[in-house]
Amino acid sequence: MTDSSTTKQSSHPSGDNRFKLLDRAITKHHGRGDALIEVLHAAQEIFGFLENDLMIYIARALKRPLSQVYGVATFYHFFRLKPNGEHVFVLCMGTACYVKGATAIQDAVEGRCGTKFGKTTDDNKVSLISARCVGSCGLAPVAVLDDVVAGKLTTESAVGKVEAWIQSEQEVGV
Amino acid sequence: MTIEDLRERAQEERDRQGQLKRRILYCSAAGCISCGSKETAAALKQSVKSSGLEGECEIVGTGCMGLCGEGPLVKVQPDDSLFQQVDAPAAGDIVTRHIVKGESLPDHLVDQSAPFFASQVKIVLENCGRINAESIDEYLAVGGYDALGKALSELEPNEIIDEVRKSGLRGRGGAGYPTGLKWGIVQKAQSDQKYVVCNADEGDPGAFMDRSVLEGDPHRILEGMAIAGYAVGAQQGYIYIRAEYPLAIERLRLAIKQAERNALLGNRILDSNFSFRIDLRIGAGAFVCGEETALMRSIQGRRGRPKPRPPYPSERGLWEKPTLLNNVETFANIAPIIRNGGEWFAAIGTPKSTGTKVFALAGKIRNTGLIEVPMGIPLRTIIFDIGGGTPEGTEFKAAQTGGPSGGCIPTEHLDLPVDYESLAGVGSIMGSGGLIVMDSTSKMVDVAKFFMDFCADESCGKCVPCRVGTVHIAGLLQKIISKNATIEDMKLLEELCIMVKETSLCGLGQSAPNPVLSTLRFFRKEYEELLQPVEGFVPTNTVS
Repeated sequence: MTDSSTTKQSSHPSGDNRFKLLDRAITKHHGRGDALIEVLHAAQEIFGFLENDLMIYIARALKRPLSQVYGVATFYHFFRLKPNGEHVFVLCMGTACYVKGATAIQDAVEGRCGTKFGKTTDDNKVSLISARCVGSCGLAPVAVLDDVVAGKLTTESAVGKVEAWIQSEQEVGV
Repeated sequence: MTIEDLRERAQEERDRQGQLKRRILYCSAAGCISCGSKETAAALKQSVKSSGLEGECEIVGTGCMGLCGEGPLVKVQPDDSLFQQVDAPAAGDIVTRHIVKGESLPDHLVDQSAPFFASQVKIVLENCGRINAESIDEYLAVGGYDALGKALSELEPNEIIDEVRKSGLRGRGGAGYPTGLKWGIVQKAQSDQKYVVCNADEGDPGAFMDRSVLEGDPHRILEGMAIAGYAVGAQQGYIYIRAEYPLAIERLRLAIKQAERNALLGNRILDSNFSFRIDLRIGAGAFVCGEETALMRSIQGRRGRPKPRPPYPSERGLWEKPTLLNNVETFANIAPIIRNGGEWFAAIGTPKSTGTKVFALAGKIRNTGLIEVPMGIPLRTIIFDIGGGTPEGTEFKAAQTGGPSGGCIPTEHLDLPVDYESLAGVGSIMGSGGLIVMDSTSKMVDVAKFFMDFCADESCGKCVPCRVGTVHIAGLLQKIISKNATIEDMKLLEELCIMVKETSLCGLGQSAPNPVLSTLRFFRKEYEELLQPVEGFVPTNTVS
């Protein structure tokens, strides 16, 4: 490796243009290793999740050992090493939501999807994620459905939403 | 910009607002947005347009108005009427019936003489819900950056620290370390480079105070940090904020840009010799990063694992340089203290816990939302007067403060004054301000298990007592819940809790057993009822 500027060195052989965006984020932080978390945020925003290849690329660009990049990516809950399903159901499991019955919603949604929170359904349609607190405790129980906050949920309304996703998928699929 | 320019601009904005007949404020904090306040705003605009009031009415999105359970909220100035549950038709009514015809709309009008409003004292939240968080002019118009101007032109760093010391302000992150003392230590530390860090990693599930301040009044945090930087001799600040708060991040980014453009951050602030920059660092979802040493490692791009203290951050923090680390709410109190003096602040609250505290009221309570009360107010007043008690047909059982590090406070301690020492006395903590009310439907062993699962999951894994202990405590609690445990398991549980509390490296592990210990203390009967019957064992009859 030479000491030439990060941007020049990092052009990715695949020719994927998204790497240009990532390079820009790395340059913004002057290729400094202590901006690793910022760069991982940018990478996840651009690519959706952190693939091995992507982490190798980042490690080289920031001149950090791959073990450190992987260590940081797996330490923080926010980083994903696998892609999300087509729809994302983020259930808040903060204290206020817990007290107001988020567990019942969790069970009902898991039952409908046939998978546990933290996983994606086998057909890659719905990802179930539990969040620590989305900070909308006044509206508990809360879920974030494809980036839209839905408050005052019931088991029925939550399952209904998931049902709608699954149904629409099937129609498209047919 | 000089201080004179600053004051002139503030006056211009006040004049501009004064010329308007009405200002219609709608809450654009995260809670109300998810109730549909954007649609409300669109309906307001439409209605103002069709009523021909465009020139004399202004529609402004503000920060949190407090009554989060009843959103979307709309406030009309200058008469200050507050309306709740304003959907699009109601928004039309506010314009066509309230503003044009002067009707009162009793279906949506909120009684602001109710205890929810009357018992509150607002310092931190004084601008939340009153100004447009995205406009620096509106912040200037309510006296924003005056304190920074005063600090730079009239006060020496020592005098600022004296003022903070006199105010008696204590860390609002929960531990309650005297802020003035901390500032003094960082100021005295000899170093070519120092840092100021704002902890906005509000990880306590059930707390949204810091988020509301950041979304509703971001400039106040920047001002507080800049004053801190001047006082301790730092030129660089960082705000470490959760990635889960995208709106707060967006507003902070905008506020920093506005402040830089107006010489309120950056080089030679307000034509003085003081320079101060603030950068954002986005967290990535690790509860342990609320712990100061872990937070600083995370800022440096590493895994958020705590380090033993000492050395404290005030001596060796970020990049081994002296670092001042305070919570969002602590910084939010700085500008008012500098503006009004430390003695003014010290007169509010109790002698040992001065000022006010913001709480996020949630759970089984009628009025959920954001409140600010003077320290020393009885818990009963907060829950039954301000919060309106539990919903009809249920009975109050416990109040939980401090999140996974805190404890449950039962009915018999409801008259406890809310201050750092009193809450610690009953095995809870002040915490950052989450206050969750539980009613008779909440099972306390389940609640303890909920928090222990949280801590086991969030333990960074560095020290054994926390990494292994929390998992075992959770296992024992599960054993009790599934009715397979004996009295021996209960004894083991208690021993294990004390061991984890006393031997863990950082605050996460040291406080993780608190929810178990406090429920064991006040709701022991609920545990014992789940145990396997043992001959000769007499369960506790009364809650001790």
